[in-house]
Amino acid sequence: MRVIEFNDVVKAVRDIIVHCGTDLPQDAYDALKQAMEEEKSPVSKEVLKQILENADIAKDEKRPLCQDTGLAVFFVKVGDEVKVNGGLLKDAINKGTEQGYTDAYLRASTCEPFSRANLKDKVGYNLPAIIHFDIVAGDKIDIEYAAKGGGSENVSRATVFPPAAGKDGIVEYVKEVISNAGPNPCPPITVGVGIGGTFEKAAISSKHALFRTLGTHNEDPEMDELEQRILKEINNLGIGAMGMGGTKTALAVHIEANPCHIASLPVSVNVQCHSSRHTHITI
Amino acid sequence: MSKTYNLTTPLTEEQTRELRAGDIVYLSGVIYTARDAAHKRLVDLIEAGEELPFDLEGSVIYFVGPTPPKPGDPIGSAGPTTSYRMDSYSPTMLKHGSKGMIGKGKRNQDVKDACKEYGGIYFGATGGAGALLGKQIKSAEIIAYPELGPEAVRKLEVENFPVTVINDTYGADLYQMGREQYEVK
Repeated sequence: MRVIEFNDVVKAVRDIIVHCGTDLPQDAYDALKQAMEEEKSPVSKEVLKQILENADIAKDEKRPLCQDTGLAVFFVKVGDEVKVNGGLLKDAINKGTEQGYTDAYLRASTCEPFSRANLKDKVGYNLPAIIHFDIVAGDKIDIEYAAKGGGSENVSRATVFPPAAGKDGIVEYVKEVISNAGPNPCPPITVGVGIGGTFEKAAISSKHALFRTLGTHNEDPEMDELEQRILKEINNLGIGAMGMGGTKTALAVHIEANPCHIASLPVSVNVQCHSSRHTHITI
Repeated sequence: MSKTYNLTTPLTEEQTRELRAGDIVYLSGVIYTARDAAHKRLVDLIEAGEELPFDLEGSVIYFVGPTPPKPGDPIGSAGPTTSYRMDSYSPTMLKHGSKGMIGKGKRNQDVKDACKEYGGIYFGATGGAGALLGKQIKSAEIIAYPELGPEAVRKLEVENFPVTVINDTYGADLYQMGREQYEVK
């Protein structure tokens, strides 16, 4: 059994949060640069230039990329041969989150659902983090992290279709969700699509799909084809960067598909803004 | 064809009636921040006939909840938040003299109608460009509701703050116009 110290996890989590707040990951930067080069609308092209300039300033001056520094979302794979010494893994992730958000002057954006009171004085600065755990073989802890903003989360949707809806039904649904969202989620967006499983499995899969590196293909050729089909349909909507009109509404569509009930075809659409702040570490 | 303007706040109706959807404006002078919670309080004051923490006449309201400033900086990152959440409040603000709003995303028909009637402009700033936009803010002072944290009302002094006219005083909407031009049916 490998032993990892509680404080080592705290420090690792703190460091990725600080880094992600100001440094746009290379995959997102490259995808935006390519979109800027290919965009046909001069207005959207200008917006994309501003977005890239913003990323340069944020990196050079260590300023948050966006004032919405998100809720901290984690997908954590815990090896069955590893033990955290000195406390619970969940507590270490939350502590690292609080330290990272505080040290990098990121915004505390968590609040109570109805009073809207900020939770920083009650449970901690931008806590609790949203953590999805899985147990795997091995002696490592694998942590995927994203800072998830509210504007793109607000336009995300999920539903359960009857099986007959098929691929056409899913394509139409995703198109409708993105069309209704228009400029609001800060395009050019990444679209995570969770298919199958149960209602909540589809939603979690659509979130996890957003963590995939931009510019990579789906390993399943059938899903890869469906991703390209949906991407084309979305870019035909003409929404463009920040909704100003243009040919680059989405940078990518990422699908995660699961087996599902014989009676159901769940589908969830989770939208990520252009500031796709995500990273991955293994401890 | 889109024009570029340099304007200093407070704005006059003569100035706002000049602008057309798609125009680029570099704003300088004082602007005020307010998000959902602050808007509710401001509109409650207007309806109760009480005095507001700042003069609405010609004012420009920025929908933003900035990050905390680093030591020595006036403000942290400060890009626009999604504006539709202010749709139910904005017509009252425009009716009582405010002339501009800065945000991102669609507005409803009531806001567009109020822009026409009272000579108001809805400006879009680039969402997710908080580091770049924060640099155009030269000073920041909380003037009301400090307990709201990022949602407190701040008086900002800005220099050449880059915005685009989304909804003008004639009912035009850049989001619709832009999309129609590039939609492939």
